[in-house]
Amino acid sequence: MNAGEATTPKLGVQAATKIYHTASGDLLALDRCSLDVRANEIVSIVGPSGCGKTTLLWSMSGLHSLTSGEIRLDGKAITGPHPDIGIVFQEANLLPWRNLDANIRFPFEIKGEKPDRAWIAHLLNRVGLDGFGGKFPRELSGGMQQRAAIVRALALKPSVLLMDEPFGALDSFTREEMNRLVEEIWLDTKTTIVFITHSIEEAIFLSDRVVVLSARPGKVAKEYRVPFARPRSLEIMATKEVFDLTNRIKMDIVGERTRPKAPERPSAEIVRIRP
Amino acid sequence: MSDAIPEFSKSKSGDGQDVSLSNLSAFASGPGIKSGKEVAAILAVAVIIIGGIELALRLFHVPLYIMPPPSSIGYALFDEFPLIAPHLGYTLVELVSGFAIGAVIGLVLSAVITQFPFAEKIVAPYILLLVTTPMLALVPLLILRFGFGYTPRIIAVALAAGPMVMINAATGFRRVDSAKIALARSYGASTLQIFWKIRAPMALPMILVGLMIGAIFGLLTAVGAEMVGGGFGLGNRLTTYSSMIQMPQFFAVVLILSMLGILIYVLFFLIGKKWASWEA
Repeated sequence: MNAGEATTPKLGVQAATKIYHTASGDLLALDRCSLDVRANEIVSIVGPSGCGKTTLLWSMSGLHSLTSGEIRLDGKAITGPHPDIGIVFQEANLLPWRNLDANIRFPFEIKGEKPDRAWIAHLLNRVGLDGFGGKFPRELSGGMQQRAAIVRALALKPSVLLMDEPFGALDSFTREEMNRLVEEIWLDTKTTIVFITHSIEEAIFLSDRVVVLSARPGKVAKEYRVPFARPRSLEIMATKEVFDLTNRIKMDIVGERTRPKAPERPSAEIVRIRP
Repeated sequence: MSDAIPEFSKSKSGDGQDVSLSNLSAFASGPGIKSGKEVAAILAVAVIIIGGIELALRLFHVPLYIMPPPSSIGYALFDEFPLIAPHLGYTLVELVSGFAIGAVIGLVLSAVITQFPFAEKIVAPYILLLVTTPMLALVPLLILRFGFGYTPRIIAVALAAGPMVMINAATGFRRVDSAKIALARSYGASTLQIFWKIRAPMALPMILVGLMIGAIFGLLTAVGAEMVGGGFGLGNRLTTYSSMIQMPQFFAVVLILSMLGILIYVLFFLIGKKWASWEA
């Protein structure tokens, strides 16, 4: 965190602009959005629904190309999926026809590499999934599925982990548990994490910085530093500092949400395209 | 680049097209494996029905040529089986080879055509035509062209099974889950890898349904074709026995055909249990 502002960011987003060409017209999802994520940092991105959070994350992952602007990993522009970037998707996204072991082997199969058994065993132990390798996703709870997804994302030892609302479908207790787990993993690996969430509490608990995106088109509206030392305890969530910060971010998002949108742009709910 | 807006359906993937092999079954419900009590009850019902028919036929002195009692059918099955067995073999040859040809062509076509949505839309009505046309209707023509051997029958079976496999497999291949494909792409998967590791497994339950329906339609067509012409096969036995008014033997063949149908069903059900149970 104290590496200094001048060094190359781990992940640099420069004037990222994304236009979706849809049947009902063009849709400006990101508008010159710029954001730097430093190495070993956890940055959360929050914002009103449909503000382009996921678009930004998918662009960072190289799964989507930008209309203009650039995303750099260690100073080099990303042109497609990159082995050094791991993704944790919304709703675990495990392959239901594979058991846990086979799901975690999946990245290695695609790469044509031999699975790093010791590392996988270490990760499984870390997330508390020892002995569940033979189970199929449907046999596991939502929290366990998401743990497995985290193991899969870390299996290739990426230096950046992108997490797209990973715990949105979980109940709040499981979610807190998962947040602590993410912090533990971070303390263990110091992986740079970009975390998208709807939960301001989750963002504050996890992050070094919370970035608020504006309503569509998405661009960085505000940025907050979260000064607490790690490992953080749930008690800090009850402090006045956190309470005030939560409210400020909430007001930012509410303000963004109620800001009148340009009328010619259809809302996110209307524009849904099938691939 | 024309990326689609990242979208995750709120429900589980492939919603609205969920397939379960057990849906097609009147027998297997729930976990599929029956308890001893259920098996006993099913057997008891069979005994009551068969015994009831036997009793009624004997009580009312129904002539043999109208409806033979179950006991005489059982005896005929046992007694005539050495004579019927070769014909069972012929029918199986037609069924297996015709089905194999039709299924392979159907699978390949469905995998290819679903990659091209435009072409798929153009071809769709013709596929529907193939599915709905009873291929049995073509058998006289095929016999005229290919004679009374295996060839016209195998072609008819392939024509009946292929479109069934194709239309169901295509439904399977069309179940795209963009998040799963994105997952594969995030590791740099090639189109071929995405096909084999994502699309094909996702399509597998529907493919199995297609194969099962195709096999049953194939059996139907094989027997029908045998009844039209040519001196061999179970269908030929049916026409022969009925023309000789050998009703117990006739029903023995019908029984063999039902068993064959059930065997096809059970086979695919077990394959589905083993390889596609994740969906149920």
